[in-house]
Amino acid sequence: MFVYVDNAATTAMSKAAIDAMTPAMHELYGNPSSLHQKGREANMALIGARETVAKCLNAEAREIYFTGCGTEADNWAITEGARLGAAAGKKHIISDTIEHHAVLHTLARLEKEGFEVTYLPVHEDGRVRLEELEAALRPDTCLVTIMYANNEIGTIQPIREIGALCRAKGVLFHTDAVQAVGHIPVDVVADNIDMLSLSGHKFHAPKGVGALYCKKSVPIRNFIEGGAQERGRRGGTEALPGILAMAAAMQESCEHLEENMAKVTAMRDRLIAGLGQIPCSRCNGSPDHKVPGIVSFCFEGIEGESLLLRLDLAGICASSGSACTSGSLDPSHVLLALGMPHEIAHGSLRLSLCEYNTMEQMEYILEKVPEVVRTLRQMSPVWTHMLENMEDPYLAVAQ
Amino acid sequence: MAMEYSEKVMEHFAHPHNVGVMEDANGVGEVGNAKCGDIMRMYLKVNDDEIIEDVKFQTFGCASAIATSSIATDMIKGKPLSEALTLTNQAVVESLDGLPAVKIHCSVLAEQAVKAAVADYYKRKGLPYESPCDLCEEGCCGHSHGEDA
Repeated sequence: MFVYVDNAATTAMSKAAIDAMTPAMHELYGNPSSLHQKGREANMALIGARETVAKCLNAEAREIYFTGCGTEADNWAITEGARLGAAAGKKHIISDTIEHHAVLHTLARLEKEGFEVTYLPVHEDGRVRLEELEAALRPDTCLVTIMYANNEIGTIQPIREIGALCRAKGVLFHTDAVQAVGHIPVDVVADNIDMLSLSGHKFHAPKGVGALYCKKSVPIRNFIEGGAQERGRRGGTEALPGILAMAAAMQESCEHLEENMAKVTAMRDRLIAGLGQIPCSRCNGSPDHKVPGIVSFCFEGIEGESLLLRLDLAGICASSGSACTSGSLDPSHVLLALGMPHEIAHGSLRLSLCEYNTMEQMEYILEKVPEVVRTLRQMSPVWTHMLENMEDPYLAVAQ
Repeated sequence: MAMEYSEKVMEHFAHPHNVGVMEDANGVGEVGNAKCGDIMRMYLKVNDDEIIEDVKFQTFGCASAIATSSIATDMIKGKPLSEALTLTNQAVVESLDGLPAVKIHCSVLAEQAVKAAVADYYKRKGLPYESPCDLCEEGCCGHSHGEDA
């Protein structure tokens, strides 16, 4: 059996996305900036796509800027949010420790440029606490950037409350919603969001297209200099095939949001219940506040890359926050931020689902993961050391 | 960018040789630390002629850590201790048809695991032997010290 459960990394394109993209490659080849009929035709399609994306977020079309990816949107929003703050003499930013590197590395660059960044700690459930955010806010705070849902553990932050607090204090609020849009309801008005980043390929659009929502009252400048595209805010000819595909994929995701959430949640809960039966395992993140599709587990005594590659040999595509999968010495900063020791964080596994998966695939995963974990434990000196201090849990299970 | 493992690495990772615990080993070496994500434990059964009659390993680590352990045991099994001590990490890498650059430390670890097991054998015999890696306090992790791997 082949099972793709790495949808937080990227998704397969949907038929709706491909169907929307194909004419853009055949006939709609005009440059939306051109005045002739081919250009006007492309521009009309672009306008439609922008309206679709805006509608899915409860935004206005003029508040949507298409970008090359979610990372670009994050870079843009944070850099510009900081610049607006600096112009008003405010150079303090608040974020948290489990952000994506698109955010963390942008903040690190701003720190080098003289900004001060407070990284709120997350609790064991992966959530920041409002009172800690409130305590961290200063008169010179210009920007708060906190992700909607985490890409490794799926934990959803109290975005609406954070947004309300920021608005009350007059501080700009950006959220990296790359793992949220298309998977859970996101409403920029109700959620009090000033800027939001999203990425198409996380919800069945192709790679290479994302968007930034920026509230119309926020005077951001362009990040990429060039022509008058995106109302002068983002130079570069619009990538129409990708944009049309993203709009179609987003519309489909939004229209089927509830049924997809119910289906994916049922599969996720089956996985959590089944994997929880493995001795010395733990499910990471908040049990209550999480996106439907992300399951993160740690298995003591084994290392994640081995687990991942053994699962790959069994036809299961997953991912891990182990150091070895990233080529660095440290395991996932997200798992470490939850207070997990290095040795346990090395044994992490992320299974990220989408509505294309089936319950039959979940049963296959639940057959293979325990088998591979046990095999790797049998060859692990760490597990052998653990057994010196406890009764073999596998013997207990067998009895 | 995804790392590419050679077929040889994948073969040893999927079907490692000489895995397990050896109850009657007379030389046992453990290197690495769990914090770094790799630990290798090597068990030797050395006969009176100083020939490695049997060898087993246990490894906590990535695919290349398991593959380097597996091939290192193949390379020293049935060999005299003097020959096992000449095992280098380069030889381990070559036998596996190469390793990704970020995984070279696994081959260093395999070499050190063999040497630590031999050292333990000499220690048990009351013979002098120099420790293979004095750099690390918590046990050698195979990573180069003081620089980014």
